[in-house]
Amino acid sequence: MSQPDVVLRAKKVRKEYGLTVALNDVDFDLVRGKVTTLFGENGAGKSTLMKILAGIERPTSGSLELDGQDISFSNSTHAKSHGISIIHQELSLAPNLTVRDNMFLGSEIRSMGGRVNYTAENDKVREIMKRLQHNIRPDELVGDLRLGQQQIVEIARALASDARILIMDEPTSALSNVEIEILFTVIEDLKSHGVSIIYISHHLEEALHVADYIYVLRDSNMIATDEAKNVDLPGIVRMMIGREGVGATALDQKTDQIVLEIRNLTIADPSNPARLAIDNFSLKVHAGEVVCLYGQMGAGRTELLETIAGRLHQISGEILLNGVDISGLTIGNRIKTGVALVPEDRQRDGLVQLLTVGHNISLSSVSDFVKKFIMRTNPEIVSIEKKIQDVRVKTSSHKSLITSLSGGNQQKVVIGKVLLTGPKAIILDEPTRGIDVGAKAEIFQLLTEQAKHGLAVLFATSEISEAMTAANRIVVLSKGHISAEMDPKKVSQPDVMAAADDKTSKRRIGAGA
Amino acid sequence: MSNIVSKVKKNPFAGFTFSKLLTEGRAFIALAVIIVVFAYLSPNYLNLSNVIVMTRHVGLNALLAIGMLLVILTAGIDLSVGSTVGLSGVLAGFMLMQGIQVPGTHTVLYPSVWVIVVLCLFAGALVGLLNGILITRFKVAPFITTLGTLYVVRGTALLIAKGETFNDMTGKPELGNTGFNVLGLGKFLGLPTGVWVMIGVALLTAVLLTKTVFGRWLYALGGNERAAELSGVPIKRVKIWVYTLSGVCAAATGLIIASELTAGAPQTGQSYELNAIAAVVIGGAALSGGRGHIRGTLLGAFVIGFLGDGLVIVGVSSFWQMVIQGAVIILAVALDEAQQSSKKKQKLAKAASDK
Repeated sequence: MSQPDVVLRAKKVRKEYGLTVALNDVDFDLVRGKVTTLFGENGAGKSTLMKILAGIERPTSGSLELDGQDISFSNSTHAKSHGISIIHQELSLAPNLTVRDNMFLGSEIRSMGGRVNYTAENDKVREIMKRLQHNIRPDELVGDLRLGQQQIVEIARALASDARILIMDEPTSALSNVEIEILFTVIEDLKSHGVSIIYISHHLEEALHVADYIYVLRDSNMIATDEAKNVDLPGIVRMMIGREGVGATALDQKTDQIVLEIRNLTIADPSNPARLAIDNFSLKVHAGEVVCLYGQMGAGRTELLETIAGRLHQISGEILLNGVDISGLTIGNRIKTGVALVPEDRQRDGLVQLLTVGHNISLSSVSDFVKKFIMRTNPEIVSIEKKIQDVRVKTSSHKSLITSLSGGNQQKVVIGKVLLTGPKAIILDEPTRGIDVGAKAEIFQLLTEQAKHGLAVLFATSEISEAMTAANRIVVLSKGHISAEMDPKKVSQPDVMAAADDKTSKRRIGAGA
Repeated sequence: MSNIVSKVKKNPFAGFTFSKLLTEGRAFIALAVIIVVFAYLSPNYLNLSNVIVMTRHVGLNALLAIGMLLVILTAGIDLSVGSTVGLSGVLAGFMLMQGIQVPGTHTVLYPSVWVIVVLCLFAGALVGLLNGILITRFKVAPFITTLGTLYVVRGTALLIAKGETFNDMTGKPELGNTGFNVLGLGKFLGLPTGVWVMIGVALLTAVLLTKTVFGRWLYALGGNERAAELSGVPIKRVKIWVYTLSGVCAAATGLIIASELTAGAPQTGQSYELNAIAAVVIGGAALSGGRGHIRGTLLGAFVIGFLGDGLVIVGVSSFWQMVIQGAVIILAVALDEAQQSSKKKQKLAKAASDK
């Protein structure tokens, strides 16, 4: 095998924060015109390594080599001037600016006299959007775009800077399957133009599919590297978490008692009231049952769950909990009655970042600890610590700041908060978004356990593997309608995906995995 | 507790660093510096009677600032408190001097002092309630809402007083409404009533913030309104209460001032809202909400009060007073930013270590 053409090389890179080692003498080679995927659980050090490569952070020791020359980036602009661009996991766009202004922010095309050449910029936007097969107009406000479209803009921005090294940190977390396909075509196109790509994703199948080379980080150490064709998914998972297995299996523990019933629910699209997000939807969830609401982005999952929780209000239809209509109740009273939501966007809707782990857990049930107007802290702390154990949150103390926890542990805190209210039905919107394999499995185990105690569980996901293994029943949602109801034991993944796809049977990457 | 694993190695000396003392206790340090400097410049500054006078001044601002703190904790702002101070004094003067005419008759009722106090506090509550309803139900931004009520309430006070001042508000024995001046001029254990009111309100509010569900809700709402709402916090109700309480605090301040001066002037309290905001901010609260406490706010009020009075005693020109007070506010907030960014760094390190 000939020596691959390495464009960017990290040599014995070490990063310490205080006494903590985030990267332990890591070596990393990026081959020109290839996709290198970096695998690792949350906190393994992926983001730290990417920040060092993109010039955002500086290594404590070790060095970088660009085209065989030693280099040390002083900041991200410096790295950008060498053609290194990063697409961040969290969108970093200004919602009040247009697509064009966002794409050229800080690197505007100037005409004579220093004025911005909008015509040239607009042309460039159109050209890039054409390449990405999207018809997002240059003068659209980013704030008006869907999350998936915003992610496209983020990618387009990196393309606009003519990057030759592109770091993609979770580029697909908000994209639909069709959009992911397009992104992969673009990646192929970029590769043929000699662009080197570092790819990070929690969708392991997708990440492996797109990779030419793989690296695996575990606990700050680089533990493996290989050509992608030599490895398979289970092998990677083993390397990442040091053990076998993904996900939890749903148990057959359904009872006949209907806990949550939705009758003929119709909901307007909050961003476009003329459109229906959910149209005449009916569903029954039994005690002990785990129901998966499977569908693509925009199918109406979030709107449905937020209406059950009480944030949105339906046009018509009923939501019954143990036979009683709860549609008229406030969010607080619905929680008291026994239905609570684990929202999709943990940072925006799930956590109060300024509060401690404990106070986040008890937030929904603080009233239970009141005696004569005063909160009794001892029973509160006892309950909090019990929940921390129940949902297995890894934290040094209930007094730690919530922001000090990893994504998976933060999600367990949100679930703990909901469980502390003693719910009869729990609804979860993408409960594993942006968390690592190990935590995913733990969360579904947790839900299965809770179902065993008679809880009705309804979760929405766009990950087919979760739908297939963690649910007793799959309800497929497509454009606000139920397009199919399936027993995951009796159907195959492609069937479920086909039912969810409004254009029917779009191939999805790694369908067989 | 096998599941709760501590992976963070703790530096035993962390938490005692000089920079932490400087930032965490910055209001305290500022106060200490102010006291030392002015005690050196003027021998009368630390004289007991002067300290009591200064504390009385502090008490007025502190009372407003406590109400303002509640509002700021929800990431709101209440610009109308200065006007409510004026309205409350004028209402007290009106009821004391002119009485309330019973509609349709020639009978004029002269309420006793405690009724006047209750009615004025109630008027303050109404102003706050109006703010709260506009903000929560009509979704007008707090800054705009309270800027509007700032003018409306001030105008109302001027209308009631017809632009005049109610002087000599001592009441008449034959009308049974004497004793209004006790609020401002009375003393208990050597301290003016106003100071006792401040202490009482501060203690009550401290309990409210740290020991009640309302307090927990307040911090959650200020920290992340969406998450608080989805967790079942009745955010509208909490906000309405917060503005109402701020209005009551402002009315109480107005009563104390009117009582001290035995006069109710409609112009009283102009720009007081800014002093209150300054005290809250110096005391470490974030205007973005969710962060702040009573202790800091009281210290902030003391910093402003002791600084202002000190400058007067030393004989600094009033122009320079303004420059210096403004500089102190900016310095305090600049220190706050430094503290936040150093905290963020610690958090990053912790996040990297916590896995």
